Amino acid sequence: MDSKTLIASRVAQEMKSGDLVNLGIGLPTLVASYLPKGVEVSFQSENGIIGMSMLPHPGLLDDDLTDAGGNPIGSVPGACAFDSSFSFGLIRGGHLDVTVLGGLQVDERGLLANWMVPGKMVPGMGGAMDLVAGAKRVIVAMTHTAKGTPKIVKECNLPLTAVRRVDLIVTEMAVIEPTDDGLVLREVAPEVTVEQVLEATEAKLIVPDNVKQMPVEA
Amino acid sequence: MSEIISAADVVATIPDGAVLMIGGFMGAGTPPRLINELVRQEKKNLTIISNDTARPGVGIGKLVEARQVSKLITSHIGTNPMTQKQMIDGDIEVELVPQGTLAERVRAGGFGLGGVITPTGVGTIAAEGRQTIELQGKTYLIELPLKADFALVNAKVSDYQGNLMYALTARNFNPLMAMAADTVIAEAESIVPVGVIAPDMIVTPHVVVDYLVAKERNNG
Repeated sequence: MDSKTLIASRVAQEMKSGDLVNLGIGLPTLVASYLPKGVEVSFQSENGIIGMSMLPHPGLLDDDLTDAGGNPIGSVPGACAFDSSFSFGLIRGGHLDVTVLGGLQVDERGLLANWMVPGKMVPGMGGAMDLVAGAKRVIVAMTHTAKGTPKIVKECNLPLTAVRRVDLIVTEMAVIEPTDDGLVLREVAPEVTVEQVLEATEAKLIVPDNVKQMPVEA
Repeated sequence: MSEIISAADVVATIPDGAVLMIGGFMGAGTPPRLINELVRQEKKNLTIISNDTARPGVGIGKLVEARQVSKLITSHIGTNPMTQKQMIDGDIEVELVPQGTLAERVRAGGFGLGGVITPTGVGTIAAEGRQTIELQGKTYLIELPLKADFALVNAKVSDYQGNLMYALTARNFNPLMAMAADTVIAEAESIVPVGVIAPDMIVTPHVVVDYLVAKERNNG
């Protein structure tokens, strides 16, 4: 199983039936494909829809129905559409249960930086700042390092997305939960040791006695 | 009641240097004929308020490609390398605004509010130059309303009077912008007799739509 699949399938296990979920562009989008059997959630896309789904056939695309990346999507029965003010009212107003976002860095405080590398990449924050500030639960889905450089750091040196602590970090090596005491290592991936995770992480990790193995859906 | 006018004639009323709100999200819900006409008439030094600049050759990306934009107030330019390059070269001044805040600033402009008080962006770069306010123990940013000289909106259906209905994710910023500009120009995919759109389905009432872009015959 490749890294992205591993991360997406582990994040998918965090979803509960009835959740309203917003998936960021890129890796987080994959989460939709790995929902455990029997778990029914609604997907919001911040460009104005609840009930987005995969396009059943490329020939069925509609220019008026896209995800937040502008890619054609389908919709499920019961889907509804609304304007951008309403869409972000759902996000900021406490109506969104879970958001899954990519990350450039997360630090010991559990703060996320995911929208800008000054001087190199300035895409803009899009909806990320609203999502992190407003969602009930924020899950960061990202690779553990950027080609070997730790992304889980003591303190973000990239611009923060929000000053709200994220709730869970899922990488291809580990599941880490930011808490009042710091970052707690909850799970390690199959065939990964605690020592390897510590080595690939700049931030201090609290290692409890009962670090579990990441459950992997085949 | 909106005035029916050709795309060429209505775009001719937009001066160089105008402030335009343009609806759309990655091109979905961006008025295609009005954009093409802005390019054809080579309008310059435009300030554009929009969610994004789509991709090169798509929607607002066409205006960037033709170097007609001098200032952008937007939430995301990551999908358009041309916008990023022109920003880095100093040809476009870009103000990045969180998407939900952008929507509310436009709404505030159109709804007569003095500003928006939002938790989004507190403690980040987006808070620079903003006042903060403590209310009931929480910190918020004060964001000012946005207004424009013109709003260019795209509807799925208009009736003869200019009552507008939108489609799916092509709605996005359009109804908000239709309230927030001195002059509102609507382009609809189809135009139908009054009464065809049920009153409950109308999202933007005709009273705020100044101009409705005339259809052109394309079925022979």
